[in-house]
Amino acid sequence: MSYEELLTIEPFSLAQDKKNSLLLENLLSLTEFHRANCSAYEKITDAINFRAESVQGVEDLPFLPVRLFKEAELASIPKSEIFKTMTSSGTSGQRVSKIFLDKETSLNQQKTLIKIVTSLTGSARMPMIIIDSPSVLKNRQMFSARGAGILGFSIFGRKSIYALDDDMNLQVDKIAEFLAENAGKKIFLFGFTFMVWKYFYQVLREKNWKLDLSNAVMIHGGGWKKMIEQAVTPEEFRRALNEVCGLNEIFSYYGMVEQTGCIYPECEHGHLHASIFSDVIIRRVEDFSTCEIGERGVVQVVSMLPKSYPGHSLLTEDEGVLLGEDDCPCGRKGKYFQIIGRLANAELRGCSDTYAAEH
Amino acid sequence: MTNLEKYDKAFIDAFAVSEGDLPTLKYQDIAAWDSVGHMTLMANIEDAFDIMMEVEDIMDFSSYAHGKEILKANYEVDVEA
Repeated sequence: MSYEELLTIEPFSLAQDKKNSLLLENLLSLTEFHRANCSAYEKITDAINFRAESVQGVEDLPFLPVRLFKEAELASIPKSEIFKTMTSSGTSGQRVSKIFLDKETSLNQQKTLIKIVTSLTGSARMPMIIIDSPSVLKNRQMFSARGAGILGFSIFGRKSIYALDDDMNLQVDKIAEFLAENAGKKIFLFGFTFMVWKYFYQVLREKNWKLDLSNAVMIHGGGWKKMIEQAVTPEEFRRALNEVCGLNEIFSYYGMVEQTGCIYPECEHGHLHASIFSDVIIRRVEDFSTCEIGERGVVQVVSMLPKSYPGHSLLTEDEGVLLGEDDCPCGRKGKYFQIIGRLANAELRGCSDTYAAEH
Repeated sequence: MTNLEKYDKAFIDAFAVSEGDLPTLKYQDIAAWDSVGHMTLMANIEDAFDIMMEVEDIMDFSSYAHGKEILKANYEVDVEA
């Protein structure tokens, strides 16, 4: 099935057995595509004796450690077709992942994100408050994970403002003014989890500033690892934000710059859901065999989206647990899971985490 | 201001291009019309004609010429009128 056709299917409508055959077909052809177009990928898959004939299921497909994108520049397109490069936001002394995009993959990322997000919030565009600083998007050829997230979500905004100035100060008067101008309209807030916590929630609380965001919806993601370190649970996060600004509707998501577009939103039961465009496989750290439901392991992500770079099957450095398939009480089909944290000794990486490390 | 003048101004303000470049201008043709610039352009057009565009039309808005067709077909804005 072509990616165009995939985009016509409701993102959480396929039962896992149907989804598996779709994934297998598409991921196998992507594996062949990347072998033919990225010599480094071909060498790696040759080295592990990859044979398409021996692949029986999605879990048999080769996977690359996500860290490899920091150590090598992997692309399946000629340099002349690269039109954007995305990076994990790196700190000094830390290598960044580089993800090379052509027009097709970039457009599919945006379309995929739209399908997933509109299934949560509807397709109406709303006045948008970006909980970040405009400086994140200064370089327009090279985006950090934070920049890419802001850009991707900006399409849901009609008129948007940045909540923070270039020095990361919360501009509470500007926000209040924006809210007054848009009184009666539903407001859309977007930010990386840790940025929201540190530069929005904590500042509002300390200064005892009040904002009325009871008619707003927030989507946040990307920085939850830092939150786990700070021992802020998702429940605490929701309660805290509700307390300072009356926010009721909060959606979080799991995702990574190496598979931008394919986000995993959290449902009202606190479960992360895989859409039809991508999936998770939880593996045992000792031997990479697949875990049972309820068993902790390292998270592998597969996605039918990456075509300009060989990132369709990646082993992350995150620990998670599969909670079930097709039977979440929210009604979404497919796998649902939870992220527990970072694997011990995994290098600190990722978007909002990085800002935390810099400051 | 005529609709055409408003439409042109939305592009000129967003991308600092000259009027003569407009007829053949396409998304990603010039550095300024990237995904960041695109959202600026969409905001300018929405303001100029007091409309609210659908996400699908924003994705579909791929050139100066095609934009006119979208506005006419879906928003009752006839730029050429």
